[in-house]
Amino acid sequence: MRYIVRRVGQAVITILSVIVLTFLLVRSLPGGPMDYLRAQLMQNRTGRQVSMAELQSLAREYMNLHPGEPIWVQLYYYVSSFLQGDLGQSIWFGEPVSSIIVKAAPWTLFLLTTSIILTFGIGIVLGAVMAYKEGSWFDTSSTVVSMFLNSVPYFVAALLFVYVISIQFSMLPQSGNVAPGLEASFSLTYIGSILEHAILPIASLVVTGFGGIALGMRGNAVKEIGEEYIRVAHLRGISSRRIAIRYVGRNAVLPLYTQFMISIGFMFGGSVILEQIFAYPGLGNYLLTGITARDYPLMMGIFIIITAAVVLCILFADLTYSKIDPRVSTGSGESY
Amino acid sequence: MSETNETFTSGSSTEQQTARSRRSLYRERLDRYVLTPLRVIWNDWRTRLGTLIILFYILVGTVGVHYISEPQIGGPRLAGIFEAPGYPLGTNNLGEGLMSSLVHATPPMLKMITAGAVFATGIAVALGTVSGYKGGRVDTVLSTLIDIAMTVPGLPLIILLVVTFQPTNPFVIGIVLSINSWAGLARNIRSQVLELRDNSYIEASRIMGRSTGGIVYDDILPNIMPFVLISFVNTARAVIFGSVGLYYLGILQTPENNWGIMLNNAYSAGGALYSWDSLYWIVLPMATIVLLSFGLVLFSQGTERLFNPRIRARHAETIDETSPMEE
Repeated sequence: MRYIVRRVGQAVITILSVIVLTFLLVRSLPGGPMDYLRAQLMQNRTGRQVSMAELQSLAREYMNLHPGEPIWVQLYYYVSSFLQGDLGQSIWFGEPVSSIIVKAAPWTLFLLTTSIILTFGIGIVLGAVMAYKEGSWFDTSSTVVSMFLNSVPYFVAALLFVYVISIQFSMLPQSGNVAPGLEASFSLTYIGSILEHAILPIASLVVTGFGGIALGMRGNAVKEIGEEYIRVAHLRGISSRRIAIRYVGRNAVLPLYTQFMISIGFMFGGSVILEQIFAYPGLGNYLLTGITARDYPLMMGIFIIITAAVVLCILFADLTYSKIDPRVSTGSGESY
Repeated sequence: MSETNETFTSGSSTEQQTARSRRSLYRERLDRYVLTPLRVIWNDWRTRLGTLIILFYILVGTVGVHYISEPQIGGPRLAGIFEAPGYPLGTNNLGEGLMSSLVHATPPMLKMITAGAVFATGIAVALGTVSGYKGGRVDTVLSTLIDIAMTVPGLPLIILLVVTFQPTNPFVIGIVLSINSWAGLARNIRSQVLELRDNSYIEASRIMGRSTGGIVYDDILPNIMPFVLISFVNTARAVIFGSVGLYYLGILQTPENNWGIMLNNAYSAGGALYSWDSLYWIVLPMATIVLLSFGLVLFSQGTERLFNPRIRARHAETIDETSPMEE
C-alpha cells in the first residue's frame, strides 16, 4: 500500500514539475512572453495596435499567464488551470489546445500501442528461440541481424520505406492517416484504409526496435537456462514446454521491464519525427507545427500531454509489475 | 591469457598494493585498466570490428578533414558514384561532392557524441553508485529523482529546450541531447551496485572505516567499469539518433555540414525522390549513420558478452577464461 502511494505521488510530482518547467521556459523566452505574444498577434492581425489591457487578457486566454501579478501567484494560476484541463489556446490554429489534442491523441495512441506490443512480442519470442538454439546457425545469424537492425535509427528506416515502398513501388500510401474523401465510419473500406496508412509508420518502429529486445531477452534466457533450478525441474520430469514457458520465459522477461519503461518514453518522443515523415496527424505532428509556427501554447500543451501519457503508462506498468514481482515494492535495505 | 588472470587476482588484495612502490603501482594500474581491457576487447570479433569502425570515424573526423577539401558548390550536378572525376561518391543537385560533405560532417558529430556521452555517463555513474551504495533516505530521494527524469519523454523535452535556447555549439548540443538519457543508465548502475554492496570485501572496507567516496571509487567502480563503458557507447548512439533526427527536421540548424541536413536536402530537393537514379544521394548519409551506430552496437554488445555474467553462455569456455570478474 505504501508502495502504491509512493508511486502515485511520484507520478504527480513528475507531471507537476513538467508543468513548472514549461512555465519557466515560456518566461525565459527572449523579451518575455508578452513581447512574444504581441509579435505573434501582430503578425496574424496585420498591423493593428494592441493595447496593454487587451494584451493582458489575451495572455490569460492564450497562455494562462497573469502578467502583473507576483510570480508565485502567476505560477499558481498557471498550474491550476492546467490541472483543470485548460491548456490555453493555439495561436496558429485559433482553437483551444485541448480540442486539438482530443483530435490528435487517438491516432498517436493507436500507432504507439500497436508498435510497442509488436516490438516486444516479436523481440521476446525471437530472443527466447535464439536462447534455446544458442550457438546454432540460427542464433548467430539472428544475433547479427538484430544488432544491425538495432543500429538503424527508426526515422532512417521510415525514410527508406517512403522512398522504396511508397514512391518507387507505390505499394502503400506515403502520408496521412486515411485516404482523403472517406467518410468516418465502421465500414470495411475505412478501417482498411486506416490500417493501410498505419503499416509503414508501425513497421519503421517495430523493425528497428525488436532487435534490442531480442538481444536482451536472449541474454536473460541463456542465463536462466543455465540455472540449477531448471536442471532440477528437468529431473523432476516436468515437461520441457512447461519449463520453457513458466520457468525460463517468466523469469527472463522480468528484467526487460526497465527496457520497457524506457521504450514507452522513447516511442512517444519519437512520434514527433515519425509523424512528420508520414504526415500522420497525431500529437507529434501538431507539436512540430507548433514549433515551426512558434506557437508556444500549442507546444507546451502537447508536451505536457505527452508527458502525462507516458507517466500514466509507466505508473500502470509499475503497479502491475509490483504484483508480479513483490521484490520491487520493498525497500533497498540498510543504509550506509 | 594467464597474465590477465594474474593481474586481477593479485590486484584484489589491499595489503599487497600498499606495500608496493609507486611506479609498479602505476604500471599495474595501466595494465589493469588499459591494457587488459584492450586485450580482452581484441579477443571478440564483435568488439574488434566495432572498435575498428569507431576508430575509422575518429580518423576521418580528425585527420581526414585535412586531406579532403570542404564541399563547394559548382561541381558537376547529380553525378553518380564514380561518374565524375574528383567526386568519388557523386554530387548533389548543387554540385557539392557528397564525400567531402560526409567527411566534414564528422567532427561536429564526434564532438556532440563525446560531450553527450561524457555528461550522461558521468551523472549516471555518480547518482547510480551513491544511490545504490548508500541506501536508505539518500537512495529514496535519488531514485525518485532518477525515475522522474526517466519518465519525462526525452525528445519533446529536447526539442523544447533547443527551440527556446537555440544552442549552436556542438558540445552544448551534445549535452542537451542527453539531457535525460542518463536516467536509464543510472537506474541500471544502481541495481548493479545493490548487488555488490553487501559483498564481504566491501563490508571489510566499511568496517575499516573508509569513507563512502573511497569505497565507491576503489571497491565498486572497478566492478561496474565494463558496464559504464557499455553505457557510454549506448549514449553515444542515442546522441547520434537524436542529433540526426533534429537536424533532419530542421529544428537544429547549422551552417556546417551534417548527415541529417544531407538527408533532408536529398528528400526535399524537387523530384529527387521519384527516380532510382538519386538512390545514392539518399542512401549514402543513411549508410554513414547506420555504420557508425552499428560499430557502437557491436562494441557494446561484445563488451556486454565478455563481462556480463548474465550473458555468459553455457558452452563459452573462452569467455570464462578471460573474464576478470568473479561472481
